[in-house]
Amino acid sequence: MNLTYREALRQGLHEALAKDPDVFLMGEDVGRYGGSYAVSKGMLEEFGPERVRDTPLSELGFVGAGIGAALGGMKPLVEIMTVNFSLLALDQIVISAALLRYMSGGQFSVPLVIRMGTGAGRQLAAQHSHSLEGWYAHIPGIKIVTPATIADARWMLKAAIADPDPVLLFEHAQLYNMEGELGGNIEVDMHSARVMRPGKDVSLITYGGSLWKTLEAAGTLAADGIDAEVLDLRVLRPLDTAAVLGSVRKTHRVVIIDEGWRSGGLSAEIMARIAEQTLYELDAPPARVCSEEVPMPYAKHLEDAALPQHDKIVSAARGVLGP
Amino acid sequence: MIEFKLPVLGADMDEGKLLEWKIRPGDEVERGQVVAVVDTAKAAIDVECWQAGTVYRLLVQPEETVPVGTTIALLLAPGETVPTEVATTPAPPAPATKRRPPEEKPATAKVPATVHAAARARISPAARKRAKELEVDLDRITSGSGPDGSVVIADVERRAGKKPPAAAGQESRGQQMRQTIAAAMSRSKREIPHYYLAETIPLRKAAEWLQAKNAERPMEKRVLMAVLLIKAVGIALQRFREFNGFYRDGAFRPGEGVHVGIAIFLRDGGLVAPAIHDVPEKTLDELMSSLSELIQRARAGSLRSSELSDPTITVTSLGDTGAELVHGVIYPPQVAIVGFGRVEQRALVDEEGGVIASPAVTATLSADHRVSDGHRGALFLAALREVLQQPEQLA
Repeated sequence: MNLTYREALRQGLHEALAKDPDVFLMGEDVGRYGGSYAVSKGMLEEFGPERVRDTPLSELGFVGAGIGAALGGMKPLVEIMTVNFSLLALDQIVISAALLRYMSGGQFSVPLVIRMGTGAGRQLAAQHSHSLEGWYAHIPGIKIVTPATIADARWMLKAAIADPDPVLLFEHAQLYNMEGELGGNIEVDMHSARVMRPGKDVSLITYGGSLWKTLEAAGTLAADGIDAEVLDLRVLRPLDTAAVLGSVRKTHRVVIIDEGWRSGGLSAEIMARIAEQTLYELDAPPARVCSEEVPMPYAKHLEDAALPQHDKIVSAARGVLGP
Repeated sequence: MIEFKLPVLGADMDEGKLLEWKIRPGDEVERGQVVAVVDTAKAAIDVECWQAGTVYRLLVQPEETVPVGTTIALLLAPGETVPTEVATTPAPPAPATKRRPPEEKPATAKVPATVHAAARARISPAARKRAKELEVDLDRITSGSGPDGSVVIADVERRAGKKPPAAAGQESRGQQMRQTIAAAMSRSKREIPHYYLAETIPLRKAAEWLQAKNAERPMEKRVLMAVLLIKAVGIALQRFREFNGFYRDGAFRPGEGVHVGIAIFLRDGGLVAPAIHDVPEKTLDELMSSLSELIQRARAGSLRSSELSDPTITVTSLGDTGAELVHGVIYPPQVAIVGFGRVEQRALVDEEGGVIASPAVTATLSADHRVSDGHRGALFLAALREVLQQPEQLA
């Protein structure tokens, strides 16, 4: 059965609300408008205003309310329109949600799920287009998941809700209209990376919106006789280091594709772990394709130029393979 | 300053891999002390240093492979003091070293820096690891196919493809040893004009004497006939110096002392012939314990450098299960090899003309015609026979 990423998310959300009375949805425009990305369309009518709540434009306020509800025993799903706006709630996420289990000596859990859009590619300009999930992956106490496939869009929310600690779930804005087949009821976990395409010549490690560009690049490389392995990280915290190292030990070459900026970013962390733990398996310096270190441009050609793209990935992979 | 160089540990050895240092800077070294373990194609060898001194610097690190003759360590001779940091030759008197000519200083400071920068080749970490596994010498790969011309796994494997892949260390060791023996023996047969002589030596007296001697002893103290034969060769050689020594650069040089190389077969294939030193001076008991220890260490792969490079002649003794006689191939640069076949009962004619059964052995001499002639060879074998008729004098 073919469906869109958006529809898969919607099914996951619907299932969560239908099955568990403790689950409720809260955020800007999630009710009457049906969600900025139309994921919660029809939910208000079906589940009522108690469980699908439109909030004022205050990320600090409604994320804090979500934390309070979680402490009180509910399982709130908070939607923040995009990661760019989540910075207004940084104190609630980083200083409250992530720390309360520790600060209470284990007395409190915060079973909160925050969904947010991320990424560029739709000409929404610098203030709406950044990929800051790598930043959040820096913080102990929260988990960061980045569903990039139809199956993960459908099932990852269930795993996130089941987790007793705060989970940030990032939906890449360019994936909502992607169509694909959904298999049967798959149990998805929240700790492992997945090999999307096995290969032996070079590991292409990526996640989120860059996954499909990377798979396309792997196809191009295959036509040249280069057998690339594509690894979808799926979870940015905790990182599935074993999967990363396993792939690198097989191919001995690696390119990391991350829509975040490179300086101090997630790609840097992955490279560091490879260098720390499997340097002697590297047959070439690791490479990465990241967003250019500029505010994300509005103009289409500049935005395209600033983002990781098929051609850049292909050329980086060829680079690590030598002339 | 004493320069300690990697010694030749066998014919056709042109390089060795340092496995381990047994000394550290500052250590006092005695003459004959084992200072390092070096891997040759044949075995891991304990290398001795023949000059006493204090270790100043170790110039080669473990796992490095260097050519024979490379200075691998510097020692201070007794009484010598530590030179100033830049000097590698004994320093002139102190005031002079402090007032170097100004142009000299930048030169000494610069040279190592440039050498270092040029020497660091672009070799991927994985390629280094693979090269070690495949025993590929990275210095021999001159250009790489990786990014920026770096040497990558594929280059190492391409290089390794030229030789048979080593499935296991043991197998490759066996192959290496076979190659080493092949090289030495080919050289011998190519360069040395061998001549061969044989002599049947009655051993009745020797056997009886040995039996009586051994009867009083516990099993582990018993002396083998082979030891008697080795001692006899040593004694006989004292009168036939042209069979004891080395032929190098077109000239024969007699050996200092009689150091008999004992051909020892190894269970996993191959052969080594390390020396028992100063055979004529040793008692039979000493020789017996030297022999058992030598065989044990040869099979364990822990011989000493002097044992491998010092033999002035080789004895190959086939033992009870061997053939009747053996024509040996000389191990260059030695000039002779004495062979003993199986010791067994033979029908011999005694002094009265009667046929008797007596233990006997066929001794052979393969010798280098560039150095000696058959006449002298025959006299040597006759002397060997006579020596063995007076076993009590061999004790």
